[in-house]
Amino acid sequence: MAEKKEGRIRIEAGKQMKKLMADHFYELDEAARTGKRKVAWCTSVGPAELLRGMGFLVYFPENHGAVLGATRAAMDYIPVANAAGYSPEICSYLTSDWGAFLKGETPLSKIYKGIESVPKADVLVYNTNQCRDVKDWLACYAREWKVPLIGVETYRGVGEVTGTHVEGIAYQIEELVPTLEEVSGEKLDMDRLKEAVRLSRECSELWKKVLDTAQAVPAPITFFDGTIHMGPAVVARGTQEAVDYYNLLLPELEKRVEGGVQAVPDERYRLYWEGMPIWGKLREFSTQFFELKTNVVASTYCNSWIFTALDPDDPFRSMARAYIELFIVRDDRQKEKYITKMMEDFKCDGIIFHDAKTCPNNSNSRYGMPQRLAAETGMRTLTIDGDLNDMRCVSDEQVQTQIEAFVEQLAEVTA
Amino acid sequence: MLDSDGEILGSSVVRTGIDLPSATQTAISDALAAAGVKDKDAEGIRIVSTGFGRKNVSRADASKTEIACHARGCYSFYPEAITVVDIGGQDSKVIRLDASGRRLHFKMNRKCAAGTGAFLEEIASRLDMSLDELNGHAAAADSETTIGSYCTVFAATEILARIRAGADLASIVRGVFSSVVNRILEMAPLEGKVVLTGGVVAHNPFLVKMIAKRVEGSVVVPPEPQLTGALGAALFARDEPRD
Ligand code: SF4
Repeated sequence: MAEKKEGRIRIEAGKQMKKLMADHFYELDEAARTGKRKVAWCTSVGPAELLRGMGFLVYFPENHGAVLGATRAAMDYIPVANAAGYSPEICSYLTSDWGAFLKGETPLSKIYKGIESVPKADVLVYNTNQCRDVKDWLACYAREWKVPLIGVETYRGVGEVTGTHVEGIAYQIEELVPTLEEVSGEKLDMDRLKEAVRLSRECSELWKKVLDTAQAVPAPITFFDGTIHMGPAVVARGTQEAVDYYNLLLPELEKRVEGGVQAVPDERYRLYWEGMPIWGKLREFSTQFFELKTNVVASTYCNSWIFTALDPDDPFRSMARAYIELFIVRDDRQKEKYITKMMEDFKCDGIIFHDAKTCPNNSNSRYGMPQRLAAETGMRTLTIDGDLNDMRCVSDEQVQTQIEAFVEQLAEVTA
Repeated sequence: MLDSDGEILGSSVVRTGIDLPSATQTAISDALAAAGVKDKDAEGIRIVSTGFGRKNVSRADASKTEIACHARGCYSFYPEAITVVDIGGQDSKVIRLDASGRRLHFKMNRKCAAGTGAFLEEIASRLDMSLDELNGHAAAADSETTIGSYCTVFAATEILARIRAGADLASIVRGVFSSVVNRILEMAPLEGKVVLTGGVVAHNPFLVKMIAKRVEGSVVVPPEPQLTGALGAALFARDEPRD
């Protein structure tokens, strides 16, 4: 597909984001090489606030997975992990990341001169609220480096979040403290923890406001912009830098809304993206939607880094609540309610479900949800088959034809 | 090729092969010739392309997906609420239309050859027969050998095992047809009147009978089902102004 750039408007704050991301990786690299600070690896919804509050530098392997996917380096490494016994059917973040490690490589080296490897962890911390794969993934490194692997085993398929859920998870988070103190050599300082929780909450609120600017018709940003500008919310939540970044980005987008600036010129249709991004094809899909004058204005994925339940006055319980309230942890009924509300708030004409071959946890089309939503609300749905990182599972021509046909269909029904 | 009343003036079916531009050129020239129009007089004729190569037809004024075109072509024969099932060479699709011809929903097969013409081609070659022979064998069978696998390659292996076990050829081919029917029925519910299109249906009337047995509503096949997509494209070309 032709790469048309005309009409795309650059987000100015992006330069600052690149700097933030570079600082993040260089700081981690230095810490791991010199041992000056301790490094904790943390899954995306692991207790990052606690780790920051205890003075760790925090590295998120899923972010590395996304870098592997977006640079397409994943395709060099997935087969390596497959050959080592990690099935092509399991999380392709895991297989691409572990394959890269087995080969002694990382795409970070190409992006950040001087960085030769991912930063070695002093401790590995998971939360299974999204899947079991994250624990298995970190376990690879725990065996390799002989460092502690600790974490939270979360309830899955939660309906209403109850006090029992919250207490159970809060207790598990508190239980992590002794090991973390041992690794860091420092006692937990509650004030520092509260500050990290406060900053994380502030980051969440700002990030939500950023995403909510796309409720404007026409929208000032796309889902594809979101997958890039979520970087600071992913890797730096709980820090002042992330807050500063969204304080820079938000006014730029608000100005766009005031001026009627459209991310997709002549926006005709608005869609919701449910499921993982197809990292290796972001450019192709964003170009296709751009040419179809269709904006993917909202997604479950970008909204998964919003933790508004965080409360600095009650750090453990509020962390627990924030992690359980998330979409991915909930049962289908709750997910359907969430999607229905999002479709209304963002004035979407239809929804695309991405059935990602290697991530059942983020593939919500598998238990009849699109059909139920269509029957109950009249929502127009399309399910496409693909994957986050394993491009062997993506048939460009088929997916693009389906997207084009879906937009044709929207034109027919809205005519 | 249509006139402004929607009458078919000419058509042509060409194998795409590896040279898409020349195949489309041949198809257009042949269709024009069949309609009695010289290539040089074709200036004002609007062309809409469709199908996998739709973006590569330089002479086309616009393109539409095959989903839109099959729906449109079928609706022109059956202007009512219908379920269109297109069994193509590369993929299959189920398209649900309301009484006014608007698409309510569509579904394409997943990323493999199961339930498509490519599956039949592969199996025919494994059985050392031409595609045209399959239909006769399936119709003549008085039993059916079950082919369980989704995967075309594994299905072929399964067939070899059945041959070794002494299953008769006709019964195997009937099983292969059944496999295609099963894959189609798994895609989406086939509700109401079912319209079958595509080259596979055109060449294998027995498959139509087998599908008819498995669905509740009536099953119909429009004239020249392999041309329904092209007909839909031509109807769009007639009705829509140039882009
Ligand atoms: S949620 Fe999916 S993509 Fe994320 S780590 Fe788990 S399996 Fe991988």
